[in-house]
Amino acid sequence: MENSNKRYWKGIEELTNEPSFVKNVHNEFGNMPSENDSKGDALVDGSGTHRRDFLKMLGFGVAAVSLAACEAPVKKTIPYLNKPEDVEPTIANWYASTYTDGGDYASILVKTREGRPIKIEGNKLSSVSKGTLSGRAHASVLSLYDNEKLKGPQAAGKATDWASLDKEFTAKLAAVAAKGGQIRIISNTILSPTTKKVIAEFAAKYPTTQHISYDANPAYGLTQAHGGILPSIDFSKAKTIVSLGADFLGSWIAPTEFAAQWALTRRVSSEKGGKKEMSRHYQFETILSNTGANADYRATYKPSQEGLVAVALYNAVAKLTGAASAAGGSVKIDHLDKAAKDLVASKGASIVVAGSNDPEVQKIVAATNALVGAYGTTLNTAIPMNYRQGNDMAMANFIKEAGAGKISAVIVYNANPVYNHPMGAALAAALPKVELSLATNDRADETASLCQFIAPDSHYLESWNDAEPKAGFYSLTQPAISTIFKTRQAQSSFLTWAGLASDYQAYLERNWESTILKGGKVAWNSALHNGVFEPNAGSISAASPSVDVASAASAISKSYTASSTGLEIAVYEKVGLGTGSQANNPWLQEFPEPVSKACWDNYASISQPTATKLNLKQGDLVKVGAKGYEVTLPVLVQPGQAKDTVAIAIGYGRTKAGKSADGVGVNAYPFISEINGACVGICTQGVSVAPTGETKEIAQTQTHNTVMAREAVVQETVLADFVKNAKAGSFTPRVKTSEGEKDATDLTLWNGHEYNNHAWGMVIDLNTCTGCSACVISCSAENNVPVVGRQEVINRREMHWMRIDRYYSSDAEVEDLKGLEVASDNPEVIFQPMLCQHCNNAPCETVCPVLATTHSTEGLNQMTYNRCIGTRYCANNCPYKVRRFNWFRYFQTDDFDFHFNNDLGRMVINPDVTVRSRGVMEKCSMCVQRIQEGKLTAKKEKRRPVDGEIQVACAQSCPTNAITFGDMNDPASEISKLLLVEKEGRAFHVIEEINVKPNISYLKKVRNKDAKKA
Amino acid sequence: MLSKKITLVKFLFSFLFLIAATTATFAQDAAEGETLFKNNCAACHASTDEVLVGPGLKGISERRPIEWIVKWVHNPQAVIASGDKYANDLYNKFNKAAMTPYPNFSEDQIKGIIAYIDASNAAPAAAPAAGAAPAEGAAAPAAQSSGGMMEVLLLGLLIIMVLVLIALLSIVNTLGKITQDPAAAAETPLMQRISANLKELAANSAVKTGILVLALLLGGKATIDAAYGVGIHQGYAPEQPIKFSHKLHAGQYQINCNYCHTGVYSGKGGNVPSANICMNCHNAIKRESPEIQKIYTALENDEPIQWVRVHNLPDLAYFNHSQHTNVGGLECKNCHGEIEKMEVVEQRSSLTMGWCIDCHRQTDVNAKGNAYYDKLVEIHNKDSKTPLKVQNIGGLECSKCHY
Repeated sequence: MENSNKRYWKGIEELTNEPSFVKNVHNEFGNMPSENDSKGDALVDGSGTHRRDFLKMLGFGVAAVSLAACEAPVKKTIPYLNKPEDVEPTIANWYASTYTDGGDYASILVKTREGRPIKIEGNKLSSVSKGTLSGRAHASVLSLYDNEKLKGPQAAGKATDWASLDKEFTAKLAAVAAKGGQIRIISNTILSPTTKKVIAEFAAKYPTTQHISYDANPAYGLTQAHGGILPSIDFSKAKTIVSLGADFLGSWIAPTEFAAQWALTRRVSSEKGGKKEMSRHYQFETILSNTGANADYRATYKPSQEGLVAVALYNAVAKLTGAASAAGGSVKIDHLDKAAKDLVASKGASIVVAGSNDPEVQKIVAATNALVGAYGTTLNTAIPMNYRQGNDMAMANFIKEAGAGKISAVIVYNANPVYNHPMGAALAAALPKVELSLATNDRADETASLCQFIAPDSHYLESWNDAEPKAGFYSLTQPAISTIFKTRQAQSSFLTWAGLASDYQAYLERNWESTILKGGKVAWNSALHNGVFEPNAGSISAASPSVDVASAASAISKSYTASSTGLEIAVYEKVGLGTGSQANNPWLQEFPEPVSKACWDNYASISQPTATKLNLKQGDLVKVGAKGYEVTLPVLVQPGQAKDTVAIAIGYGRTKAGKSADGVGVNAYPFISEINGACVGICTQGVSVAPTGETKEIAQTQTHNTVMAREAVVQETVLADFVKNAKAGSFTPRVKTSEGEKDATDLTLWNGHEYNNHAWGMVIDLNTCTGCSACVISCSAENNVPVVGRQEVINRREMHWMRIDRYYSSDAEVEDLKGLEVASDNPEVIFQPMLCQHCNNAPCETVCPVLATTHSTEGLNQMTYNRCIGTRYCANNCPYKVRRFNWFRYFQTDDFDFHFNNDLGRMVINPDVTVRSRGVMEKCSMCVQRIQEGKLTAKKEKRRPVDGEIQVACAQSCPTNAITFGDMNDPASEISKLLLVEKEGRAFHVIEEINVKPNISYLKKVRNKDAKKA
Repeated sequence: MLSKKITLVKFLFSFLFLIAATTATFAQDAAEGETLFKNNCAACHASTDEVLVGPGLKGISERRPIEWIVKWVHNPQAVIASGDKYANDLYNKFNKAAMTPYPNFSEDQIKGIIAYIDASNAAPAAAPAAGAAPAEGAAAPAAQSSGGMMEVLLLGLLIIMVLVLIALLSIVNTLGKITQDPAAAAETPLMQRISANLKELAANSAVKTGILVLALLLGGKATIDAAYGVGIHQGYAPEQPIKFSHKLHAGQYQINCNYCHTGVYSGKGGNVPSANICMNCHNAIKRESPEIQKIYTALENDEPIQWVRVHNLPDLAYFNHSQHTNVGGLECKNCHGEIEKMEVVEQRSSLTMGWCIDCHRQTDVNAKGNAYYDKLVEIHNKDSKTPLKVQNIGGLECSKCHY
């Protein structure tokens, strides 16, 4: 097993050697003009320029340069008039705050420069989010500078001012209240206790008010199964994790928090006597989710079987524990019995989670959890989570009432039900007929544009607020910038309309003093400084909800069937774009999905056998229809998806969100079905898929680079082998020489480098990397990485410095057609973050004709943009394909009309990093600006930098701490200790056989599988 | 008996120790006090009895008890409000200009400041000036020499050439008069003869080639020189919207650079001061001056003052002041020249990459007392006798300044 040579493939194209793949594989820069896209044409080839034009341009250029050289432009330097005491130009200030978006939560630190927020990091003081951030939380800082938000309040589609809006609206509201008309406040989950209190104040003034909350991707079923609460979940205590379609590492409820817990159970050590235990993770699902990609054992089911799978698992567990089994559940799923056996074996350290929003399914799962002793260990009902409190039943009821004309006034509080509720169309028809309507949404979106008034709420980075993500765990939001537009906090609006003082900051402070802190100004200041206040010491309850298993099973048997033959739709949430609330954020649009590696689109994802059956191939445009709703989507062939299913992501198909979002993809919310009173993301009846005969290329990033037939780019083993031998599954390349066979790393032409000061390095643990790609957004934000847009991604010119390579693997050979089919059915997946490896024998450095890329005395591979003349030799010679070339000027160009093309969007730029111009190469700098800053701080304090003080953006933002960065010259640093332990164990360099000696090491992935029977 | 003796000895020892300790702390306090005074007080108060914005502080320790001074420094308004007679008299005497409170100063720090004031009055002003003088002398000629010398040389050459030309012309004229037939000379006027000669000269191919080559050479040199000068603005001294004089503020009044340019020791930027810093003094001093009125107007209209930037580094170069001032221990004038003598600030150094690199090659690392460098110095000293230079620790590397 020691010299493993497993076959990995990046996508179906590579596996089947499709012509398009073969054509591109050796065409590194892919500068072929796209035939379909006229704009793409112009952007792509530059062949429109003729010799004469060239000469004209040249002449003009020379003249312009000489004119420009005559006189330097006068630059102004404009200081503050009254410098705020705590703002020092060029020195960053950090503020603790809280990110909330719908039910998403993270305690954050906001980095501001000269008064503008430019970066968001996790707040490690929070014991809830523990410093973890999702990609969306990282990207939210760009949403602050969204130019397409409303610049001020609107009445009847026209700009107005706050005083007249308040006057007009309160007058109408009073009229509605006077005649006893029903008033509804519609929102997503509100985590803020003080905001809830404000809404209660409003309701006290207008007694016919009811507050209805719903969620775009709800957990209503889960709360219903637990008597109205969401028990807190702790994966870190689990030895066996079984997930029925819950993408808890990617998109389910609080994924980064769960990922951090999950990673704790997955970390192993090669040290003698080190930790060699791992949780075992089973995933049963329809799509190949980010979580499924990380599971040890995985099997698929069709959406119509979901409930029955839950019952089958319950029965299997019940059989082992001696409990009564439930009726039904006659469905055959691989590994299910094995999962049940492990669940029972690790009783007290087991957990079952289900992604389904069907309350009956969740009841069965709760009963299963009770049987395996999950309550009191991995599940805790004493500390409920508040993330998803939406009530599907109440929301559906509201839409029906509104349609029937029973509602007189609607206030939409930062929600977009017309777009993101399955009954959105009905609401869209009903809303204009409501007597009085107002939205506090930040833009005139699908819902707000149908309302009479828009009273735009400020961005959370401009606002005061609080949050209670879990009972007894509080956190504060404070503004990091004053309002950019004439917006007003919705809470202030509610207070104003309720006839109270509109100062929400004072209200918040008073409320905290009287109900939460009770400790005066000192306590308030300390809570504000820390961002969090957690008086709840953490009680644990072993109480499990009482479940009527028989009735739940019978309800399930009515809604699900074991053997349906038709096509079915699975609606899922993407890791990057989420529910689409931040769809106008170009960072999120260009975020490559962890598994499909597609961006700027949603698509009809189908498995290879289904594609073959329907005679479809990747990129074919198909019409997908069900329930009288039809959309046109390109096909994406997804290995590992259940047969006869079509998966479509929510969050796309916005029509009134802004330039980056409008017209990208289609809206999948209407496909969500109502099952047992809840919105369940499946559609099992009457699904049709019809080809249109047209094609549309999907912008995918993964197959852009080739591994060039290198043998082992990524390494893995199974736990059973790893326990016996830490080197199991490792690949040690050997080279034949005249003096016999040698290790490839023993042969070199180079003398190496001597590092007297620091030797920066990085270790990436493939065992805990979930592929969530939060680091990609964090890196883009830190390093001013431009957004290039859909066509340029297709042209293989995305600029991300960090990419998460996703490999599928199977033991079958390419020639083994039968084995191949099995492989695509349910392949194993491995994620490998790939960034500049900062090689000590760097191939790029030796080929640069102008010395624009050189090696530093601290082990960094430096890239000097102003020296680069754009030969691209370095990228050609880079074995890891991590260098990105600026084909265009991505800023201040209408061809790339993203945030770099407007003054407001450019506020997010990190002033310590150069914005690269056209014609230069760029790549990961290992956040050299942070290294320099950290060193300077240490020097000023006349000491050496402390380990952990300097953090690169990706390592800092990894929810699972899979990335360790540090000084390898410092024997006390974490990275040195880790490498010492893993040197003879899991550590490896990618493509070690070419001996470029990277400063980035990887730790082999270990799957908790049984050893293969040889 | 014995025990008594021991106690006495103990007592004596502790007494001695106490005295020693007090004097030591006293000296230290005065040194700290000097820094504090210069950074915080000197803008408004002189350590002598000269009245600036506020009263001169000479003899303050005799005028007022220390408890009162501490209270006053921490919160002058509170002392005035408490009805303290001395405070109210003082307040009224200075046209009710309130002193900035310094609530963060500890009592020891205030005592240190007073110690400094007393010390500086005891030993008249010689000490502080001595330190600064030699450094001034060193930097000045280096900055000025090249430009001045060239001009003088050129001017000299020009004068010599003109003189030579006049001499040659007069010789030609005299010779012509001697050799030529006076009648012919009379027939063809002087101008005609000159033009004939010139035509002859112009027809000569050797001369033609010579002129062409000369023109090309001169033109080429001028182009190259100009090209090297593109983007270099040494000597750039734009007119500013307010005629602020560094000569007056930094030279005559010796206000510490850091007082206005906050952040030069802690941050990346040199920070042009905000108007409220000007107001620290100018809410009392020279309010009527038309230039200072501009600051008032700016504050009233809420329109920031648009200073013209003198030192412009390209965006692609990262420069951090604190690395050089705080860590490197460099004086501001090392790069900025003698600001304290400039009526209008000009760019003294070329600010080219070559200039940066030269300095990094020559400058010793300010490693003394900085634990960051200890190991580096140790390694360097193992196989080198020259002191550790900036270039030895990566000071010439690209990503020290470009990222």
